[in-house]
Amino acid sequence: MATRTMPRVFIPPPMRSLTEGEEVVDVGGTNLGQVIAHLERRFPGMKERLCQDDDIRPGLSVAVAGSVATLGMLQRTNPEVEIHFLPAIGGG
Amino acid sequence: MATAENPKYKVIGTRPIRHDGADKVTGRARYGADIQLSGMLYGAMLRSPHAHANIKSIDTSKAEALPGVRAVATSADLPEQGDRVVELGEGAANMRHLTANVLARGKVLYRGHSIAAVAADNIHIAEEAIKLIEVEYELLPPVMDVVGAMAENAPVLNDDIRTESVGSAPPAKDSKPTNVAKHFLFEKGDVAAGFAEADIIVEREFDTAMVHQGYIEPHNATVLWNTDGKLTVWISTQGSFTVRQQTAELLKIPISNVKVIPTEIGGGFGGKISVYLPPVAAVLSKKTGRPVKLVMSRTNVFEATGPTPGSHMKVKLGATKDGKLVAGEAWIAFEAGAYTGSPIGPACMCVFACYDLPHGRVEGFDVCVNKPRTNAYRAPGSTHVAFATETLVNEICEKIDVDPAEFRINNAAKEGVRRVDGPVYARVGMVETVEAIKNSEHYKTALEGKYRGRGIASGFWFNCGLKSAASATVNPDGTVSLLEGSTDIGGSRTGIAMQLAEALGITAEEVIPAVGDTDSVGYCDVTGGSRVTFATGIAAIEAAKDIQRQLVDRAAMIWEVDSSHVSYSDGGVHGPDGKQLSFKEMAAKLHGTGGAVIGRGTSSEATQGGAFGTHCVDVEVDVDLGKVQILRYTAAQDAGTAIHPSYVEGQMQGGAVQGIGWALNEEYWYDEQGEMRNSTYLDYRIPTCYDVPMIDTIIVEVPDPQHPYGVRGVGEVPICPPPAAIANAIYDAVGVRMHDLPMSPPKLLAEILKK
Amino acid sequence: MSAKRVVTFTVNGDQVEILCEPRQSLLEVLRDDLDLTGTKEGCSNGNCGACTVIMDGRPVVSCLVLAVEAEGAELRTIEGVACGSTLDEVQAAFLEGAALQCGICTPGIIVQTEALLEENPNPTEDDVRFYLAGNLCRCTGYDKIVRAVQAAAEKRQVAASN
Ligand code: FES
Ligand code: FES
Repeated sequence: MATRTMPRVFIPPPMRSLTEGEEVVDVGGTNLGQVIAHLERRFPGMKERLCQDDDIRPGLSVAVAGSVATLGMLQRTNPEVEIHFLPAIGGG
Repeated sequence: MATAENPKYKVIGTRPIRHDGADKVTGRARYGADIQLSGMLYGAMLRSPHAHANIKSIDTSKAEALPGVRAVATSADLPEQGDRVVELGEGAANMRHLTANVLARGKVLYRGHSIAAVAADNIHIAEEAIKLIEVEYELLPPVMDVVGAMAENAPVLNDDIRTESVGSAPPAKDSKPTNVAKHFLFEKGDVAAGFAEADIIVEREFDTAMVHQGYIEPHNATVLWNTDGKLTVWISTQGSFTVRQQTAELLKIPISNVKVIPTEIGGGFGGKISVYLPPVAAVLSKKTGRPVKLVMSRTNVFEATGPTPGSHMKVKLGATKDGKLVAGEAWIAFEAGAYTGSPIGPACMCVFACYDLPHGRVEGFDVCVNKPRTNAYRAPGSTHVAFATETLVNEICEKIDVDPAEFRINNAAKEGVRRVDGPVYARVGMVETVEAIKNSEHYKTALEGKYRGRGIASGFWFNCGLKSAASATVNPDGTVSLLEGSTDIGGSRTGIAMQLAEALGITAEEVIPAVGDTDSVGYCDVTGGSRVTFATGIAAIEAAKDIQRQLVDRAAMIWEVDSSHVSYSDGGVHGPDGKQLSFKEMAAKLHGTGGAVIGRGTSSEATQGGAFGTHCVDVEVDVDLGKVQILRYTAAQDAGTAIHPSYVEGQMQGGAVQGIGWALNEEYWYDEQGEMRNSTYLDYRIPTCYDVPMIDTIIVEVPDPQHPYGVRGVGEVPICPPPAAIANAIYDAVGVRMHDLPMSPPKLLAEILKK
Repeated sequence: MSAKRVVTFTVNGDQVEILCEPRQSLLEVLRDDLDLTGTKEGCSNGNCGACTVIMDGRPVVSCLVLAVEAEGAELRTIEGVACGSTLDEVQAAFLEGAALQCGICTPGIIVQTEALLEENPNPTEDDVRFYLAGNLCRCTGYDKIVRAVQAAAEKRQVAASN
């Protein structure tokens, strides 16, 4: 299996209209902010759906490599990671 | 589970007496309602008798004229919020909705919705005064049912709500308002192709009623708005920092003007995160210059806090005849209550979380109805969906004649499995919990007797790590004072102290833990999300490491060697030539080596795991009454590493019994007008001591790779399996499948009679 | 509001005299006037047992007793259970058995248990469950409470036979 050279972003179904149906895209970036900036360049409109005032939208959480990103846009990424956009989880 | 099986550890796995124990068995512990301040006034609140109405006018003049009344407040006393969505530590909130929930603005959206508040010399005068407030209402038709509320022509509760779909373009501002506040969609694989591979497909619709967390201590808040503009809030809460933030945002003042002093707390289970009383008490205190205490009645707690939603669900599962799950589909609608914010997101993520499902599709809706604004309740959203999925799994097992434990093991989520919502599991313990049940005395002992049956079910809940902080000061006698910011609902301060003790090589009793106020300890997210023992534990371990580093430097100074030649292990410092000093000996030398040693630690670690539980229950059904008696109960759960096994067992037992209540009795019972008809404990009927048997526990330990000692959160998942396990047991006993919670005597009897 | 009355009773052996309104419950007077806040309020309508105290030897829910009805009574509250600075067997058993989580129900349950063991020093599991059925606990699922009560009973019996 060829190793990836960029983080892999899973596109939530409602956002696939922006990616022409693409479910998974690989984009560059060493932190989440860069990844989202690259996504926006390739698929204009993406950032508005994910961010509010340059931060992740309230109510949304981002899982990087299986863990919820606690550092927001500064969360480090690397070519091996998967990135998922999910509803924020609270708890009782 | 204890140290015998965990020889790695000295403190972890033991069962020390909790540090706050003496105060709690002697009545000395101070809970929120126990706060007494000099000059304190007592408050009471006027609440809506209607489920849905416009407020035409409020006249408070007669109340104000009553002798002994010191101030009256309405929403006019709280600042306008505009359209702001704010992240509040655990979940985002629309501030316009939050303020309207605290004091209604122009409209009441549920019975019990607060309208005005009075502060008076004593509670009786305050209660008399609220009866003198005159409100003119224009009644509107209530919308009580989640599916009805989604209909095109349903009356709309909020004119500023339009369906937001995570990841979709924001809805147009001029589009028609709706009750459907949120829509979620998750897909994995190709669902149609998946079902095409199935030999057997089951599809059912499920309903669950709104239920309450039912903590015994009612909500309370005592607030002093001082002349310097600084507020002090005494409150029993799951999160002092979120109370600080919500209070400051609702009053539009800086957070540094608000100090929250968390008192002891009498239960929360997710219900004591949202703020109801502090801004109201604050306004009354500002008006009077005196501290004001507000305490809810039990009826207020039921009608006007944040229960967890009722739901309507359609779930479909497909499997091959040799017992492999191939596809699943779920459509889930949750009652948000008056404003958006039900745990529908996590529900969608949990519905198939126990299984390795190649193809899945999950759709969820957050729907406003004229009931209180819902909130988290222990594994929020997961119990609902476990009821659906876990009863379907058993139905499949019956149809293909496979043992339900075997089926669960064969299809279990495990390391490397991708969930329907996307992420891939790290090491998790679903298989181990089912195996624990399968190998238990209980499961292996045949159940005999007429109308008796056995059921099992599994459940999943996330561990959210979030942020915690702790500091620890070494005392000259070799003890450590530990200060942390996670309010302690079930013994967590001892669980955290034990981790610090383990890291320093001292005993649990040598740590003196305390929960600090918001001015004295670093930021901690709420006590919830199965996170405290994990995350605040990590912060405490980090604080211990910080102490170790400082003691290493001090020892190096004493021995006149470079710090690199000194290390900390086994409860002391070790240097060259066999030199060593115990922690206690080092502590005694603090004053001569530079003064205090204070360690600090923070954590913002996210967990990778998540916790699984599997339960087994035996029931007997009274076929004349439809009443279900629980005969025997065993709960198995993956705790990662059990820090204090008694408190892990306690969480499992308490969660299981709450789940039993949800399964058999508990529900919000509304009439046509939207009036709750069972807003007392007598009528709502949580389980009593006499309703349940002993709850046997099996702690499984599959360490979480993300925590130094392998801790997983244990608080929430035990509530998930009981309703499905009991439904499966009822089927085994009398051959009827229940799809509607609670499975109360009239409903079960009706099904039995249909047969 | 009608005129205040003087009410006299003993609490945990101390004679007290208070001035109260006829509408004040015993619970309110204990907590607000006498600062005995160990007795808790969970519902104020007799459903939860958090406010249990012993009145003339019998357990009562103090939210349903008017303070004026306590005239001349002998009351025992959670604050009077320990013997000086030593916990009694029930309190100790609750700590050893981890029979509390949040602890809000604990004072009421301990007081109710004192009454139970007075009546029945050697209760079966069923006896315990029946006697404590009016004391709600939402945290523990009751398992460890029932065990702690039985452990305390046993300890007390052993102590009595020595
Ligand atoms: S407060 Fe008296 S029984 Fe609940
Ligand atoms: S320990 Fe919390 S209610 Fe019993």
